[in-house]
Amino acid sequence: MTGEPPMLRVLAPGAMTTLQDVGRRGSQRLGIPVSGALDPLALAAANVLVGNAPDTAALEIAYLGPTLRVEATSVRVAVAGGSAIIEVIDAEDGAPPRRVPPLTSMRLVRGQTLRIGGLSGSVVGYLAVAGGFAVEPFLGSRSTLVRGGLGGFAGRALRADDLLPLATPAAPTRDEMTLPELAFAAPERVRVVLGPQEDHFTAEGVATFLASAYTVSPSTDRMGMRLDGPTITHRDGFNIVSDGIAPGAVQVPGNGVPIVLLADRQTTGGYPKIATVISADLPGLGRLAPGATLRFQAVDIDTAVAARRAFVAEIDGLAARLVPARGAGTAVAARLYESNLVGGFVDMHGDVA
Amino acid sequence: MSSAPQPSSPPRLLAAGDTALVVEFGDAVDRRLNARVLALTHRLEAAPITGITELVPTFRSLMVHYDPLVIAPADLAAQLGGLAEDLPAVDQPGRLWRLPVCYDPAVAPDLAEVAAACGLTPDEVAARHSGETYHVYMLGYLPGQPYLGDVPEVLRLPRRKDPRVRVPAGSVAIATAMTVVYGVECPGGWHLIGRTPARLWDLRRQPPALLAAGDRVRIEPIDRDTLAALEARAAAGTYAPEPEAEPESADTAGNDAAEAAP
Repeated sequence: MTGEPPMLRVLAPGAMTTLQDVGRRGSQRLGIPVSGALDPLALAAANVLVGNAPDTAALEIAYLGPTLRVEATSVRVAVAGGSAIIEVIDAEDGAPPRRVPPLTSMRLVRGQTLRIGGLSGSVVGYLAVAGGFAVEPFLGSRSTLVRGGLGGFAGRALRADDLLPLATPAAPTRDEMTLPELAFAAPERVRVVLGPQEDHFTAEGVATFLASAYTVSPSTDRMGMRLDGPTITHRDGFNIVSDGIAPGAVQVPGNGVPIVLLADRQTTGGYPKIATVISADLPGLGRLAPGATLRFQAVDIDTAVAARRAFVAEIDGLAARLVPARGAGTAVAARLYESNLVGGFVDMHGDVA
Repeated sequence: MSSAPQPSSPPRLLAAGDTALVVEFGDAVDRRLNARVLALTHRLEAAPITGITELVPTFRSLMVHYDPLVIAPADLAAQLGGLAEDLPAVDQPGRLWRLPVCYDPAVAPDLAEVAAACGLTPDEVAARHSGETYHVYMLGYLPGQPYLGDVPEVLRLPRRKDPRVRVPAGSVAIATAMTVVYGVECPGGWHLIGRTPARLWDLRRQPPALLAAGDRVRIEPIDRDTLAALEARAAAGTYAPEPEAEPESADTAGNDAAEAAP
């Protein structure tokens, strides 16, 4: 069509839309956080729907999605994660927007606009494009660390008028795919392995942590989930000699209220860590909205490893669960669409424990 | 933190969830503990264990990130426990750097206050601070930021009561027994006593961090004109410090000739 490189043009950026893959490994010793998708299951689902490897970099949408116009011959996209109204606006012919189902791949052509609304059920979602985005990796990853101004698109969240380069200029026609019965539930209970520094807390403090309901604070971000709830008592002081921070570490600063450290967590820190969320439950944690309540449940490491095995198997098994979508008007698609909007909240622990 | 570390006692192995293990040698900022952390890091680099995904050495412990589906947590802990025996509690000969630092009050907003608090003149603070050979305990907090120690006793102050919202990159700061160089502009609560033209964090470089844990740093005082000239060259990409060719024997006496730092 034209000699221009294939792009998506950002008409509206959404609340906080960043490019994320599964994170930047091997550079924490330089002081560089891992970053990566808060919900790797949803990232994988969006990717698998368009035929990508599950860990391909995609747009992570937080709270409110972007509006993007296709400036390429064609592109195949899919959205997974929090439920949203997803619409396609055809080239300026005045036709009203068409609603399209989530968790279903679709092929868009030049001039069409994709609009993703506010997310519910989970605060994050992913927009994957077939072939991925043409962005150079930085230290082995395309994940964005906004605080460090590195990775992704110019080290920042999307802005209006950004042009996002696509790795492939066109998407050949094929059957579109959907993933039935896949849900991105926000959990009410999150499993932890106690430690590495539970001995810095009183027995009452540990009991409080495990017995109480905590509420997700509005000041939660990709670095850490701040919680409101009962305070946890330290044994002697709240400063330790700074040490490494694992994904999901639950640190307790001087005010006694825990913070769960997420994808953009600092590499080292000087507050004692009472427990660590197990890796299989981190994606669910990432879905929780401010105001949601959660409880922590201690499990042993064998349980944690078994849950991880089940989680990895679920991601590896996504491609085998793809079924052809028959178009948005069919009964199957309509049922999926409906269930994802209103009914997609199941207890993920039933599957993986 | 008040208990004296036993540099030779076996480390504690602590689970940090199902994908990280902490090998903790003690609970103090101590060169001998840090030497063991770095020695274990070097051992694991020289003979990698399948399943380990990342090593993060810190002051007194090594965080080992791993995939528990590749190596079982108990197996990894047993192997790490074995490797952590007989580690040297003296520093490996890391690279030696000469870092230019300007202590002119114009780029050292807290120098006068620090001098007053320590009962020294600003020139004496600069002389004491630049008179040490510092050890890089670790990088952390922010990209490329080194924790250097130990600051001479006379210069040890608590952090500022009012952290600054904005500290320029290149600022050299002290608090407690540590000195840091801010690699990127950021908020900071340490006392700013100088500025280096060297870019400790430069995305044009591979790796972008100039220093690594275990390196040694000597400070070369420079005047403002030299600072300005070197900053201009650093901005243009034509200036960056180079490590000394050979580690000096004085600081590493007692060590066998050793593996080079990565």
